[in-house]
Amino acid sequence: MKRKYWAAPYLVWVVGFVVLPLITIGVSAMTDDQGHFTWENLLSIGDPINRQALLFSLAIALGCTVICILLAYPAAMILRSLRLNKRGFAILIMILPMWMNFILRILAWQMILSPNGVLNFLIGKLGAGPLQISNSWIALMIGSVYDFLPFMILPVFNAISDIDEDTIEAARDLGANDRAVFWKVILPLSAPGMISGIIMVFVPAMTSFVIADILGGGKIQLIGNIIEQEFTKSMNWHAGSGLSISLMIFVLISLAFTMKNDLKDKGTTIW
Amino acid sequence: MVRWKRVLSKVYLALIFLFLYLPILMLIVLSFNNSRSRVTWGGFTLNWYVRLFSDSRILDALRTTLALGIGSAAIATLIGTLGAMGIQAMKRRNYQIVMAVTNIPVLNADIVTGIAMMLWFVRFMPLGFSSVLIGHVTFSIPYVILSVMPKLRQLNLSIYEAARDLGANGVYAFGKIILPQIWTGILSGFFMALTMSMDDFVITYFTKGAGVNTLSTMIYGEIRKGIKPEMYALSTLIFAVVLIILLCTNFLSGRGKEAAEKKQPAD
Amino acid sequence: MKKRILLTGLAAVLAAGILWGCGSDKNKETLTVFNYGEYMDPEVLELFEEETGIEVKYEEALTPEEMYSKYSSGAIEYDLLCTSDYMLERLIREGELQPFDMNSLEYGENIGETYWKTAERFDPGNRYVLPYFWGTVGILYDKTKVKKPVDSWEVLFNGEYAGSLIMQNSIRDSYMVALKYLGYSLNTKDEAQIREAQALLLKQKPDVQAYLVDEARDEVVAGNAAMAVVYSGEAYLGKEYNENLEYVVPKEGSNIWLDCWGVTKYCDNTDAAGKFLDFLCREDIAMKNFEYIYYSTPNEAVIENLDESLRTDKTIVPDPEEIENCELYLQLDPDTNKLYNDLWKELKAD
Repeated sequence: MKRKYWAAPYLVWVVGFVVLPLITIGVSAMTDDQGHFTWENLLSIGDPINRQALLFSLAIALGCTVICILLAYPAAMILRSLRLNKRGFAILIMILPMWMNFILRILAWQMILSPNGVLNFLIGKLGAGPLQISNSWIALMIGSVYDFLPFMILPVFNAISDIDEDTIEAARDLGANDRAVFWKVILPLSAPGMISGIIMVFVPAMTSFVIADILGGGKIQLIGNIIEQEFTKSMNWHAGSGLSISLMIFVLISLAFTMKNDLKDKGTTIW
Repeated sequence: MVRWKRVLSKVYLALIFLFLYLPILMLIVLSFNNSRSRVTWGGFTLNWYVRLFSDSRILDALRTTLALGIGSAAIATLIGTLGAMGIQAMKRRNYQIVMAVTNIPVLNADIVTGIAMMLWFVRFMPLGFSSVLIGHVTFSIPYVILSVMPKLRQLNLSIYEAARDLGANGVYAFGKIILPQIWTGILSGFFMALTMSMDDFVITYFTKGAGVNTLSTMIYGEIRKGIKPEMYALSTLIFAVVLIILLCTNFLSGRGKEAAEKKQPAD
Repeated sequence: MKKRILLTGLAAVLAAGILWGCGSDKNKETLTVFNYGEYMDPEVLELFEEETGIEVKYEEALTPEEMYSKYSSGAIEYDLLCTSDYMLERLIREGELQPFDMNSLEYGENIGETYWKTAERFDPGNRYVLPYFWGTVGILYDKTKVKKPVDSWEVLFNGEYAGSLIMQNSIRDSYMVALKYLGYSLNTKDEAQIREAQALLLKQKPDVQAYLVDEARDEVVAGNAAMAVVYSGEAYLGKEYNENLEYVVPKEGSNIWLDCWGVTKYCDNTDAAGKFLDFLCREDIAMKNFEYIYYSTPNEAVIENLDESLRTDKTIVPDPEEIENCELYLQLDPDTNKLYNDLWKELKAD
């Protein structure tokens, strides 16, 4: 049996439980209540309100992704310099928080950030005035970075730790300083890891309606909130399906640009 | 200079961990709070831990959650590992298409994946435990593939091909040559799948049948009236158990590695 | 060798997992029940199963809309469901509920006459639904932060408490507040009136600390906000945690809501469904539920047996004159619903 046929169960699974359900949603997106064909649901992403939510989600997701990258690189570099067995441990510690329920963790952030919360209590002890960051986009940003940071650190770390020490030594021997080593060697070689990090951070950050609802105080509307509203509040499944399909197309197109150079040779890694 | 840098990097790592663990700490504190409200402190108590074990609904949900997590992670690991092996052997074009499809569950909003599966399932099967299981396997597989794939790429496949040429059957060659080399990738894929399954709410909510409750769906039902403190207690326990397991395995593997390193020069 | 054992193990787990779903006992009588989260004492379910031998499959949801979505997808055939007045109205109109002879209930008399009458607003002749809990929507405020006693929705709109008020994060509850303040019916279909309410809410938005559903009560209890629009049941619990809180139904009137049980068209075993409904009406059971939920109960046998302090608590047992101006939500026509959805998105996006 040729090795490529080993993927057969997976392919059956993907077709049965990813592609076909997606087609169901696609059909729902292209029909109206009477079952007639329409483009309206797909195009409704261009409505002023939806477009505004989309742009805002883009801004939030972009900000969240950039912050995650900025936080993840130093962390990954430091983890790389640790002793080998400590390393694996440090990584498990990164995903360990996910064993506490997600909703509970986000509610905990709300308690931390609220006007009478833990953060303001600590700041008050230091003699500074209370911070008003609860129920705002800042709180949403903190929550999103919190939730998605491990998904950036892990792949970036993996890519960085796969870089051969000899490569770095060689660069140093040729006269590169720390900065040059980072920009010319480490960053380019870890780009695939960063790209998988971006995939796992950027999209969820755009659609994480639970974080937006709890930490944004319901005053902030991500595109995910609108999709959720169409499905569970307005009960307009066709519109919800339309928005999700156009969002997906949008995301796929933007990722196609990012990933153009990333297939086969380097590939995506999360570990 | 170097020492200063080392201190700084320790501080930085500590800050990242603090950031990740602050809410956890908060929840652990709440599990000892002698008040049903999460915003008032009523003194220290272990009451919730005691009551937890007499609440059959919570224990049922815990059983379901664990069965679901372990079951879906096992299936996802099996299918995903074989899948990764197969995909890697594909031609460039097929490879690209399959990898793009693999990313779909990661790229889609949870709610869309959940509703898509619900709409699809109701056509041919009753919703129940199995439907949630399928749902969880579906969103876990990409994580397994993404963690096995890089290990496969580092693999020297010519040994495997050589074994096949010398008459070893595929399964035997896989078990003898490939498996030992990608084992860590498979394990981390399993752990990741298990974690994702334990943490999921949205997809579970839409694909579950009547009477199937996981801890997340229970917690969701409690949001309005206030989370039951028993839930904080249970979360703390789960967290503690996983932490202890991790500490133990790390300790053991750490010693194993040291021993191996010591042995190496003698080889 | 070890690996083979491991693989066998994996396969076993796989098989066990799949079998799990199919392994239920087919002979046992079962009822599939759909209710709001935390809206029944779990002990009640256990007692019911013990007494009747009927197995209850219990499902929960947070909002009526969510329930409707899940119900109408047909994914699960519920036998009984408990939801809010306007959603029941819709389900009745769409033929999703089956008529049930309420007189056949042994303990049906425990439900007070007034509540049956209220239910007739959307269920003429009391053919479909059994009242479960009811209440009002009002303002929960912190007396240490709000100096004058509150008696009007005006405090939410005059800017005096800018930044420390919390509104409901649900469409009709938000517009209700504005419509009632403007003196209109909360069931108005007049676009001009709804748009006037929208203008008011848009103007109010900068003053609003947050739009919350579930955590509104906690935020006032914790002192993070001076006041919040909440359901009366939440208000009672809030007052339990923080004695400085007060709850008021504004004089302009408000929403009065009635959650009821209905038997769906999927239910074959109406006998079992009847037993369940009857069980809920029985004094001791209704009392258990009341003590778990602390919403206003329509069960007069329970009210009679309450402690003095609870019976005189206006949050639990409101005065008749207090709810005189209150209205039930009625189901709106599709156009008005669409208008609400669009305006709500606009409000949130602003």
